[in-house]
This record gives sequence, C-alpha cells and structure tokens, in this order.
Amino acid sequence: MNADLHLKHLLGIRELSAEQIVHLLDTAESFRDISKREIKKVPALRGRTVINLFFEASTRTRTSFEIAAKRLSADAINISVSTSSVSKGETLLDTARNLQAMAPDCIVIRHSSAGAPYHLSRVCDAAIVNAGDGAHEHPTQALLDALTIREHKNGIEGLKVAIIGDILHSRVARSNIYLLSKLGARISIAGPGTLVPREFAGVIEQGVQLERRIEDAIVDADVVMILRVQRERQTDAFFPSMREYAVHYGLHLNHLNLAAPEAIVMHPGPVNRGIEISSEIADGGRSLILDQVTNGVAVRMAVLYLLAGAEGDKKSAEHAVNGEEESRASGGVRGRTRKSRRGSRE
Amino acid sequence: MRLLIKNGYIIDPAQGVNTGSNLLIEEGRVVGLSSHGDPIPSDTEVFDATGLIVAPGFIDMHVHLREPGQEYKETIASGAAAAVAGGFTTVCAMPNTSPVNDNAAVTRFVIEQAERAGFADVLPIGSITKNSEGTELAEMGEMKDAGIVAVSDDGRPVPSAGIMRRAMEYARGFDLPLIDHCEDKSLARGGSMHEGHWSIVLGMRGMPAAAEEVDAIRDCALAELTRARIHLAHVSTRGALEAVRRAKQNGWAVTCEVAPHHWTLTDEAVQDYDTNTKMSPPLRSQDHIDAILDGLRDGTVDAIASDHAPHHMDEKELEFDQAPFGIVGLETSIGLALDRLVNEGVISLERLVELCATNPAHILKLQDRGTLTTGARADVTIIDPAMAWTFDVSRSKSKSRNTPFNGYQFRGGVVATLVAGRLLHLHPDYSRLTDQAVSSSAG
Repeated sequence: MNADLHLKHLLGIRELSAEQIVHLLDTAESFRDISKREIKKVPALRGRTVINLFFEASTRTRTSFEIAAKRLSADAINISVSTSSVSKGETLLDTARNLQAMAPDCIVIRHSSAGAPYHLSRVCDAAIVNAGDGAHEHPTQALLDALTIREHKNGIEGLKVAIIGDILHSRVARSNIYLLSKLGARISIAGPGTLVPREFAGVIEQGVQLERRIEDAIVDADVVMILRVQRERQTDAFFPSMREYAVHYGLHLNHLNLAAPEAIVMHPGPVNRGIEISSEIADGGRSLILDQVTNGVAVRMAVLYLLAGAEGDKKSAEHAVNGEEESRASGGVRGRTRKSRRGSRE
Repeated sequence: MRLLIKNGYIIDPAQGVNTGSNLLIEEGRVVGLSSHGDPIPSDTEVFDATGLIVAPGFIDMHVHLREPGQEYKETIASGAAAAVAGGFTTVCAMPNTSPVNDNAAVTRFVIEQAERAGFADVLPIGSITKNSEGTELAEMGEMKDAGIVAVSDDGRPVPSAGIMRRAMEYARGFDLPLIDHCEDKSLARGGSMHEGHWSIVLGMRGMPAAAEEVDAIRDCALAELTRARIHLAHVSTRGALEAVRRAKQNGWAVTCEVAPHHWTLTDEAVQDYDTNTKMSPPLRSQDHIDAILDGLRDGTVDAIASDHAPHHMDEKELEFDQAPFGIVGLETSIGLALDRLVNEGVISLERLVELCATNPAHILKLQDRGTLTTGARADVTIIDPAMAWTFDVSRSKSKSRNTPFNGYQFRGGVVATLVAGRLLHLHPDYSRLTDQAVSSSAG
C-alpha cells in the first residue's frame, strides 16, 4: 500500500486526505459483493481480534461493525458499558489499558464524550476506530454516506448536498461536511437557529452555506441529508415543540420539487417518522436509507481490513488455503481495489 | 545578620526606583538602597546580582492550595514551595477548600499551616457567602480579624445580583475587596471550552465569551451602585476588559487580573483533547488574546495572577468533558510573562513589577510589601529576563502535574526568591552567585 494512504487509526474525517478517503471508499466497494454471496465470509482477518467498545446505546452501528468483523473472519467481541460505570470507578483509560493487555488488533469505540477515541489512541497499540464520539465525528457514517452517494450519482465532485436539522449536536453532520467537501461537493445547512450556529460557515476552507429556511438549502440540491432530532432538545429550549419542528424543519414531499431532478434523500437513522422526515419520503423511491445501512457493512469491513492487519498479514491471509470462496474473494479485493482507484482519479 | 544584594538593577515602581543599586537587608526587613560603588558594610553576606533585576517580592493574588480537604492535589506547604520556586513571596489562597474558608477557624488554620511550612507567605481569601452557596453572607468581619485580605466565591460566582450588591455593601465596611470569577452559569453550564470555531470543530459544548461579560458588566454596574471595591479575577475576554476600562474611566473602584495561559494559548490548543488545556475561564480565540495584550499595555489590567489550580493526574486523565477545570501555574507564570510579554515588547520590566508586586499589594492594601522601601518586608524576587530554561514538570514542587507547559522553553526566568530576608529559592545555574558571596564576605 502507498505510504500516504496508510492509516494507523480512524479517529475522524477532518484529518484525512482526499486520497485516503477515496482509497477507503474503493476498498469498501470491493467488499460490497461479499455480503451478496451465499457464504458471506472471507479469511482476511482470521486470527485477528476486534473489540466493539460501546459506551452509548447503539443497535445499528454496533451490529454493523460486528457483522463486518465476522465477515472478515475476525474474532469480534462486544462490550457495552453504561456510561454510569465511570462513576462506579473504572476510568476510560483504565478500561482501555485492560483491553490492551489482552492484545486486540482493533478497538472500535463509541462514547458520548467528544475526543474519547483520541484518549484511547494514546494508551493503546491497537488500531482505534471512532464509531461516534459525542458531537465530534462519526467517520464510518460519513464514509457509508459517501459510498451511497457515489453509487447513485457516479461521483461526488460538483454535487450540492443539503444537510438539514440539528447540526450543532450532530457528529454525522461534521464528518459529512468534511468528507463531502474534500471530495468536491458544496454543502448547505439549515435548521432551527438554536441548532445551526454561524461558526459552521467556517469549519471548512471552502465554507458552508448557512440557510435560515430549509427550502433555501434544498434548492437544486442533489443530495438531501436529514438528521435525527432528539426529543430532549425540546426540554432544553432549543425549539418549542416537536410539532412545530415537524412543520418548519421536517422534510415533506413538496420540498423535493425544489431539489435537483433525481435528488436523493438520506438519513443516518433511526428515523423519527413524521418529525424530521415524512414517511412518504422515508419509504419513497428517492430514499436511500436502507442502502446506507447495507453500505455500512461494506465500509466497516474496509476500515477493519485496512486498519486491523499489516500488509504482510494480508498476503498470508490470501494465501491461506481455505477453499475457493475465500481465495476468490481475496483476489477480488486486490484486483478491484486497484482498478477502481484508477477509475476514481479520472 | 545582614545581606547585601549587590550590583543588581532595582525596579520598584512604588517608590519610583528604576536604577542600578545595592539593596541592604537586615532582620527580614529592607534597610535601604545604596550606590553600586558604596563600600560593603562589615559583617554582611553578599549576593552578587550583577546583570539581574531585583524587584519587590511578587504576589500571586489568586491560587488554589486545596488544603484543607484535598491534600492529595496540593497542600499549603507544597503550594507555598511551588510559589517560591516560581518567584512568589506571597500568595493568596482562594476559599474553595473543603470545608470552605467561610469562617475564622479555617482562616487561622490556613495561616498556621503556611507559617509551619515556612515558604511563601500565604494570605487567605474568605468566601463571600456561607459555603459559597450564594445565599447568606459569610462572616467577613470575623475572617478579616483572623487575617483574610479579600472575599471571593471563586468558581461558584454569586448568581444573584441582589446578593452580590449586599455583599459589596457589607464588605465595604471592612475595606475588603470582592474578587469575582465572572461567569453566568446559565450561559456556561455544560461547556468545556471557549465557544467558537474550535468548539464547533471538536464537537464540544462551548462557554461563550458572553458568559463572562454578562457578569463583568453586572459587577461594574454594582461597583457604581455600591462604591465598593471589586476585582475581576482572570479576565479573559475583550468585552470584560472593555467593561473594566469603562469603569475605570468613570472612576469606579474596579480592578482586574489576567492569567498567563490566557495570553499564551488560544483555544486551538484544545484540539488534541488534552485535558491540561481545560480551565475556566477557558482558553479563548486570538481576538481575545489581542484584547488582553492591549489591556496589559494600556493599564486596564492591574495584576497578573496564575489561578494555580492543582488536580490529581487521575482526575485529569478523564474524557475532556468529564475532567475538572484548571491547571497549575505558579512555576510558569513569571516565565510566561517574561517570555511572552517583556521579551515580545508588550510591556516593560517596570510594568511587569507593577503587575506582579506593586498593584497586588495596593489592591489588597498590604502596607508592608510590594515595595523595597525602608522598613518593608525583605521579600525580594530576582529575575533574569534573558535566562533560557525549560520547564520540567516532573521536578515541580507542586503535588500536581496538570500543565500544558511541560517542556516549554522560556526566555526569562526567576533566579532567586527571598521571603522576609531568607533565600528560599536559587536557580541552580546561578549558584555561583552565592559562592562568590561567601568568598567576598570572607575576604
């Protein structure tokens, strides 16, 4: 692998180069097929240990990482820790040091505190994958969103992407703003004034377009990305009621007339139907919500594959005699990766 | 026993001295100044201060010594030792200990512990309200009799403007200044860093500059209303400095201090989620630093204070939003002032002495220090503005290690600290000075 593409950890999108992102997406694309086979398993990470360390409730992301690890033949262990155990005594770093003592190859962490994966990366030799840290970043979500967009729009360069909703608290929004802008998309954002601070305009060099009304953000958008709104924002006085939110900031069918023809609609889930997005759209032909979930497995396989093993180990995994299914898959990975990387440069 | 600090350059703004002079000390008091060429009196030890600045002992009017109650972070002895290592002869201990210093018994305890330790002089600050809960006034009169020099609910600022008004009116009767940590908790609550570009990028809840400014403006209005003396602690924003500037123009009794980390680091330093960049008020953006530098230049800022806030490593090793606020600062404060302010041409050495000695003594009405006039306590800080040194936190006298300045390379540092005539700190590179002293007094 090219040294510039090498990743030790995946902590956020902000510090990645466009080339590293494309390489991750290309690798994910080549893994997508494995999930369509009858026997959904390759030996790429056989003998490797992946720990899913989740300090925040999550069904979708944790399951997605677990399936990804298992389809690569890694040993996947799930640890769910309620954040309250912090007050019971063991600190995050003590947990991390204990896990490190068991020599895992990769630790996937989700935590409600921004920066928690950075703390882990300082005490662990294992590759750290950020599966969402507070309101900071959710890199694999942005990668799977990008893979989905690339699949349906044949590329990302030049697209207009509207991100709607609770931008302030959204790690998904931040990771997507970084990723999509690095690949040449223009970003506009909109939502209640309390949830769209003006500092967002300057988070990337090219600038983010802030709109007061969601209609203005959606005009001519090729991609409309809707964020989940949390009920507790109402009690914290960010907006008056879920009802008013749905009326003014929810996505309705008529909004799609403003968007570019063939615009696609995305949502990181879980969906509050009838609040941030109407069911007609969520279940309609423009919605790629389930494609996102499917691509999530492929993206996480790519991330684990690129982070959890050294180059030499990958070769030996390919050479392992484990039946036709596996050797074909491994060959496929290499060949297609090279080909699609070439393609994406054009 | 007499000590002559010979051939130094004396800067003492209180008596308008800025000249090469010898300083004679006897029995812990200043005898007076004399010309470099004057003969050395007999029976006198000599400290050769050639090429060095000799100043009245520096006073840090805002430190947390954690005793009583949190001795695992710091004790009065360890904090006072760190103070002399950092060039301070007097420090003022904030009352947020456990129990809170809201009564004369705790005040006396702090003073006794400091006397027992025998390092820097420690002057206690009492709380404004009982247990710093912001409701009933603490017994300021009793505490004043026991030795407090000011009152403050630092860290838990009095939320009610009405209570604050009463406190100011009451404190005026004892001629005690109120020191306020300006922070509107309804704006800052839940925040871990300055609100702005970096809090958005890092996904952390911010503490807007307005949280500090709302309270600073309130306090200035109350200073006008009550005519009491108020001192704003660790001012970190442009708006708060403007409020102080305006109050001074109007002749209200408002003073303020700034902390070294606030002019040295911006909020960009938080980007690795190092909890040693977490303090309150938080590291601000460059615009606020520019305002602090302006305030230091134009006289709006009265004092430099470290806000020395020790925390144990175990507490600081938490997630950023879980970790406590504060960094240690006693041993880097003067270094950062010399490095970033004097050597960068922001302020003169004379102004530095004003900020670190003259003004703190004036604000706290300490008659016996802050100057090298005849009869004053022989508290002396000797500095070398050109000294190159590197801070190694593992050698700190403090019990805590929470600093973002470990490994920082300074231009300018403290050579020696004398408390009431006793040489309590001497930088190892300058030990030749006392060797010479021994030989010259022998000869």
